[in-house]
Order: sequence, then structure tokens, then C-alpha cells
Amino acid sequence: MISYARWKFVLVGSALLFGILLALPNLFGEENALQLARDRAAVLPGDRTSIESLLASKGVTESGAFLDQGRLTLRFASKQDQLKARDIINDARPHDFTIALSQASRVPEWMRNLGLNPLKLGLDLRGGVYLVYQVDVAGAVRQLLDHYEQDFRASLRAARVPYQDVLVDYPGNRVQVLFHDAESFAKGRTAILGDSRTLILTDTTVSGAPALELKLGAAQIKERQDYAVQQNIVILRNRLNSPELAVSEPQVARQGVDQIAIQLPGLQNSAEVKKILGKTATLEFRMVDETNNPLEAATSGHAPLGSKLYNTRDKQPVLLKREVVVTGDQLTDASFQPNTQDGPAVSVSLDSRGAAKMLKNTQENIGHLMAVVFIDRSREKNAEGVDVDRVTEEVINRATIRGVFSNSFQITGVNPIEGRELALLLRAGGLAAPLSAVEERAIGPSLGQDNIDKGRNAMVFGMLAAFLFMAIYYKVFGLVADIVLIANVILLTALLSLVGAALTLPGIAAVVLTVGMAVDANILIYERIREELRNGISPRAAITAGFERAFSAIADSNVTALIAGIVLWLFGTGAVRGFAVVLVLGIATSMFTSLMGSRALVQLIYGGKRKVDHLSI
Amino acid sequence: MEFFHKVTRFPFMNTRKVWYGLSALLIVASLGLVVIRGLNLGIDFTGGVVVETNFPRAPNIEVLRTALAAAGVSGAQVQAFGSSRDILVRLPPDPNVKGEQVGGRILEVFHGIDAGVKLQRTEVVGPQVGQELFVKGSWALVATLVLIAIYVLLRFTPKLAVGAILAVLHDPICVVGFFAVTQMTFDLTAISAVLAVIGYSLNDTVIVFDRVRERARNARKLTIAQVIDESINQTLSRTLMTKLVTLLVVVALLIFGGETLHGFSAALVIGILAGTYSSIYISAAIALDFGLRSDDLLERKHTKPEEVDGLP
Repeated sequence: MISYARWKFVLVGSALLFGILLALPNLFGEENALQLARDRAAVLPGDRTSIESLLASKGVTESGAFLDQGRLTLRFASKQDQLKARDIINDARPHDFTIALSQASRVPEWMRNLGLNPLKLGLDLRGGVYLVYQVDVAGAVRQLLDHYEQDFRASLRAARVPYQDVLVDYPGNRVQVLFHDAESFAKGRTAILGDSRTLILTDTTVSGAPALELKLGAAQIKERQDYAVQQNIVILRNRLNSPELAVSEPQVARQGVDQIAIQLPGLQNSAEVKKILGKTATLEFRMVDETNNPLEAATSGHAPLGSKLYNTRDKQPVLLKREVVVTGDQLTDASFQPNTQDGPAVSVSLDSRGAAKMLKNTQENIGHLMAVVFIDRSREKNAEGVDVDRVTEEVINRATIRGVFSNSFQITGVNPIEGRELALLLRAGGLAAPLSAVEERAIGPSLGQDNIDKGRNAMVFGMLAAFLFMAIYYKVFGLVADIVLIANVILLTALLSLVGAALTLPGIAAVVLTVGMAVDANILIYERIREELRNGISPRAAITAGFERAFSAIADSNVTALIAGIVLWLFGTGAVRGFAVVLVLGIATSMFTSLMGSRALVQLIYGGKRKVDHLSI
Repeated sequence: MEFFHKVTRFPFMNTRKVWYGLSALLIVASLGLVVIRGLNLGIDFTGGVVVETNFPRAPNIEVLRTALAAAGVSGAQVQAFGSSRDILVRLPPDPNVKGEQVGGRILEVFHGIDAGVKLQRTEVVGPQVGQELFVKGSWALVATLVLIAIYVLLRFTPKLAVGAILAVLHDPICVVGFFAVTQMTFDLTAISAVLAVIGYSLNDTVIVFDRVRERARNARKLTIAQVIDESINQTLSRTLMTKLVTLLVVVALLIFGGETLHGFSAALVIGILAGTYSSIYISAAIALDFGLRSDDLLERKHTKPEEVDGLP
């Protein structure tokens, strides 16, 4: 008998059982599905039952359904059923859900409820669009400085304190308020601090004049940048979830300091999505300057004091007051109404601050004109290839205030297409900082299938070659290694399903490579056993010695590969990370299976015998 | 079955000058080629646009090229990708042109030549991102080498560590040289392959050193050169067998993995070959020339058990 601890059998057995269970969901395959999402709300179990009975009443039965992360997925046996179901839901519950066509696994619901899910496929295998956006974090800091500048001016104006100027120094990250004399300085200081108590201002002098200075510290700048990136992520998610786009399972994640990576599986054409994602449209409500002549201002090019010159859609000049009544960030909701008495309109709701201002403004200005300014910032490259922000500001609507209103009202004067887009952009919120697309990869579905086939072939033939070689060269021990290799692939699949890592084509390559490396470990052990046998040690002792002595070599040689894998994992994005994840997990499973698994199998074969004369190796 | 029934007795240490020469030649040739011919960097690193299309019938590439030039798409590289029906168009980064528009234009032009053309894949990488990825990739290489060096230093004596690290440097250089010769596209997946090669090629070196350490303790009558020779010969069958099987699977990747994995698998094949060579002929020889003595390996005996326990 070869001594061997019983707990090792238990460990190997339970690991294998666990692996098989976790890897099981991958055997079911996929079928056509619909994915239902709701704009800024979750789809509820109640919706599921009502949709199911709706479909049943029309004679379409889904082959399965599940709710996950607020999205309802319905599977169908055929493409026709899938499309029919979509039309039925669209007709019966218009504007209720965002419906995206997708693929879903046939995993039974009880398995899904246990948290057993199939491997996710990466975009290179599924087809889809991968986008990386660069967030203009410096722009976000500039916006903050501008914001302070406006606040300071407003405070001083409200307190009627005379001042020279408010200067913004972008590279220096500071705002300076310049006064004429010590008296106005003291008053101004009180006024500004009264409005924003938390600010830390320093007293200074700029070219002889007393001045107040606000300087952003490194921590504040970082906070602002992080905020900009986080805020943009939230907004991009909102926009992707909106019914206007209908994408299934969008993923939005921060990448590095100032980038956002977006994965849109199954999407074919990115143009529409990119148009919506990159937009920074917002609205401003301002009162119309009715005392001055806009045509005069347009010809002279100078707007009168306290006013600003704008154009309407049809290029008519308009003068609007400088003070903004309500800005776009005070909007809480917006929806498009295609048919109102006054044509297409956008219904708008305001938050309490905005509502209070709007109430006060409408009370004071009944009978006067209020204008809605549409501001669209887009980022483009100029002739030198430098990014420039193009800002389009247009007055989309001017209307006489006929009554007092506060938190909800309608904006008319939009055309149906932009009304829909405006509602979406307003609802999702304005981007905290401008975005520009810096990387885009789109993979068509046929190429994805092609990649799956190639990956599968490479895996099958590679493993077959390794299996045959092992069985011929090492006989019974070779077969042991083959069984262990299969266990290794099962465990690896299980781990990948468990951590939810997406399998990519380089990931499949890593699976193949790990199989090679797992073979490696087995060969190390068997060659060691052969060597011990040649030295004249008894077969039993050779087995024990072989496994024990090969341990340090296997550990050492795998640690170096593990180091390379971990570095790749940390530095890599996209496909490279897909490779690294599989490599690292694969090294772990291959060490476990070859050291523990194959030892247990060898023990099963030879361990129980009283006398072992010969090893089939 | 067994290929190495008897333990071989190759005089590796006596002939090491020859192998040094061969390695030096390989390294100089590789680096020279990289400097002279340069690497064919993929758009991951240069930035630019890649559009992959699939034609129902194999098109004439020259016709496609002239059609693109006539349509004002300048600087386009047109080539077959895998099969003659798959056509890849690559454009250098052009600040005046938006990537997504170029993709559409190329497809439009191709559509005029064959209406059945399908868009398989588009990739647009901004020049800045390309540069960033290149820098990141280089850092990853450096970080891997440093970390592995630290590990080897902890596990073995400094002299063996120097041998291991120099041997490990040898392999990625050969791989990069291979990319310079063949002008295969060197992209992010190629870098992953190089990193995998670094991690994996140390494998055999470590196994040889493990044996050297073991033999040095058990056979004290032998000189260190004899110990090294014996160790390499004793582990030769393991080294070659393991590499053979790994090569089998990697060659399967090369044959069946398709064009996307072509560069990656080729890099692995070259890396494994170079790694096997360097761990047999180079790594221990360098340690010997750095003055490795049996005593160096004996001193560590007291501390060894702790280190083994400390392993993951």
C-alpha cells in the first residue's frame, strides 16, 4: 500500500464535482431572445407575468424567461417567434419597454437561480462594438473654475459691491477677484463668503489692487476629475438604457484615469449610438431683452449691457438677458410628446431649486417673453488635427409667459426627430465633461462565429494531439494525464463561469496554452518517476518520490508564468486581459490537477495493491 | 515508449563557446533587423484604421487599390487576410479624417466592385491611444522581467539568477527579431505572446537549476561543470518532451486559429524553441562563467526548507 491521506481524495473529488456543476450551464447552447429594459427603472416580476400572458393570448410561447439586473429576457425557439413577440409587445405596450434583439443561453431557470451561468463570450466571438472614450478632465476643471467665476460675479452684483474684474487662470487653477480699494475688498469678501461658506479664499494683491484668490488644491482637482469621469459613466449608462437606442447588455466601465470603455455586444452599426453618446446637449431658460433692438445689435456685433446676442433656428437675431433663469442640470425629467395642441413638444420637470426660480420668474414676468436656448457641444478635429469644441447655441423657442408655473411645463417649437433626441439627452443628463472617442472596434457577427469555429478547432486538434502523445508515450500514466487534462479544462471553464470573465479568442488560445503547460507538469512528474525507477527504486517508492521531488520544479516553473500572467492582467485591456485572465486561472487549475488530481488517480490505480512489480509508464 | 532510454552524456559545458557564439549571432541579428527593417507595428500602437471585408469571390487587389485611390482614400494598404476573399484595408492615422467615415467610404467603394461585399470588422485607434498602449506594453515587459528577476534571485544564488535572467532576455529578443524578419504585424496580442514566452521559457531553466542544486548537494566529488553537464543531460528528456507537447498544441493554434491568432501563435512557437535552446545551452553556462561553485549551492541548504514552505 502506498500511504496517501484520505482527505486528498475528498478534496480532489469535491473540486471536480464543484467544477462539473459550475461548468454545466455551458452545455445548453443559445437561442434567439428579446431583452426588455425600462428607461431608468427596473422591469418587475409583475411585468413578466403580464407579458407572458400577453404572448400566450396571441399564441406565441416563449421557451424560457428570466429577470436579471432589471432586464427581462425572453427566449424563443425560432427567429419568427422572436420577431412576432417583439411586434406583439410593441403593439400592446407601446413606449413601455426598450426591446433589443439578442441571444440568450438555454440554461434552465433553477440553475440560473442557483447562480450558475454560462461563460460570457467576448465581443470578438459574439460580434459587437467596443468603444473607448477619453474624458476631457482638464475641461472639467475649467468648467469648475468658470462656475466659481460666475458665482463670484453674481454674489458681488447681488451685494452691489463694485469690483475691477474676476480673472480665471486655467493653467494656474485659480480664480482672482480684483477690487478697486480696501473698502470694497472687505465688503466683497463678506459677500462672497456669505454665499459660499466652505470656500477657502486667500487675500492677495494683483498689480497693486487688493484681491481675493481661490486656488484649487491637488485633492480638489483630482476630486473634480474623478467626479467628471464617474458622472459621465452614469450618464452614458442612462443614455444606453434609453428606449431610443435599444442595445442589449451594454457595459460601461472606467478604464485608467480618464477613459471610459463601453462594450455593446451584438450591435452592428455604431454610428447611431456614437451620435447619442458623445452629445452634450443641454438647455437654458432666459428672459428675452425686449427693450433693445436685436437687429441693431446683430449689425454692430455688440450686444447691449446685460444682454447676449443669439440666433434662432431660422437665423433671426434675438437678444436675451444675461441671467439664466434655469439651467439644464436642474431638469429632473423630460419626455417627448409627439402630438400636443401646439405640435410636437418636450415635457419638462424641474427639481425644487429650479422650480422655485421658475415660479419666482413667472410670477414677476407675466406677459413677457421667455426663451429656451438649446446648447449642443460637439467635439471635432480641426484642420491641424487638434480637438476643438464646437458649441452651437440656438434659441429653439420663444413664448409669452401666460401663467405662473414651476416644476413642470412644456417646450414647443421642436421638430419630431430632434424633440425625441432632446428629450433623451435632457433626461439622461448633461455630460460633466466633453468626451471624444479614441478607440473603436467593431466585429461583425459572422466574423465572431468564424472566430468561435477557429478557436474550437484549434482547441480540439491541439488537445487531441497532446492526448494521443501522452497515451502512447506514457501508457497508463499517459491516460491518467489525459483524464487530468480534461478535468483541468472543466475546472477552468467552471472558474471562468464563476468569476464572470468573458472568453475571447486570445482567451481560447490561453486555454490551449494552459493545456500544454498542464501536460508539462505531468511529464515532469512521470519523467521523474521513470528516473527513480532507473535508479532501481521500487515502483511504489518511485511514485511517491516522483510526485514529491517534481513539486518544487513545477511550482518554480509555474510561478514565473504566473508573474507574466498577472502583469498582463494588470496592464491589459480588452483582448489582452481576456488572455491574461485565462492564463492565470489556467495555471492555478493546471497546478492543482496535475499535482493533486493525477496523484489521486495514480493512487486509485496502484495504491490499493499489495504488491506493485511494474508501472505502466 | 521512450526516446531517451539511456541518460545522454553531451558535453554541454565544454562546447559552450560554440553556443554562446550562436546566441550572440541570433541576438545581434535580431536587434540589427529591428533597427534596420523595423517592426511592422499594428494599429494598436500606431493608431489608424483597419477595415476587414469579406468578398463572395476573390477580388483583384490591384483593382481595389486603384478604386480606393480614385475615391480619394489615400495611403491605404490593401492586402488579403487569411484567404484571398478576405481583404484587409489599413490606413495610417489621419487627423483630418474621421475613422468611422473612412470605414463607410471603403465599404462603399468596394460595394461598387462587388455588391456582395460584407464588412467584417473595423478598428479605429487614435494616435494618442496607440502611443499610450505602446508605452504600457513596454512597461509590462519591463515589469515582468524585473519581477521574474526578483523571484529567481530569491529562489537561487545570485550567479544562477544572472544566468537565468540573461537566458530569459535572449528569448523575447529572438521573437522580436522573428517579427522583424517576417514583417508580421506586431500588435497587442504579439506583446501578450512575448510576455507568455518570458514566463514560460524560464520554466526549463528553473528545472535545470533545480537539478543542479540537487546534484551539487548529493555528488560532492564532481566539479561544478560536471554537475551542470549531468543535470542538463538528466533533465534533457523532460525538457524536450514537455516542449514537444506544448509545441504540438501551439502548432495546432497556428494552423487552426485563423489569421487573428497567427502572429500570436507564431511568436509562441519561436519563443518556445528559443526558450528550450537557451535553457539547455546558455543559462547554466553563464552561471558557470560567472564563477558558480558547488559551495554556492551548499550554503543555501539551511534556508531551503523555509523557502519551500513559503511557496504558493
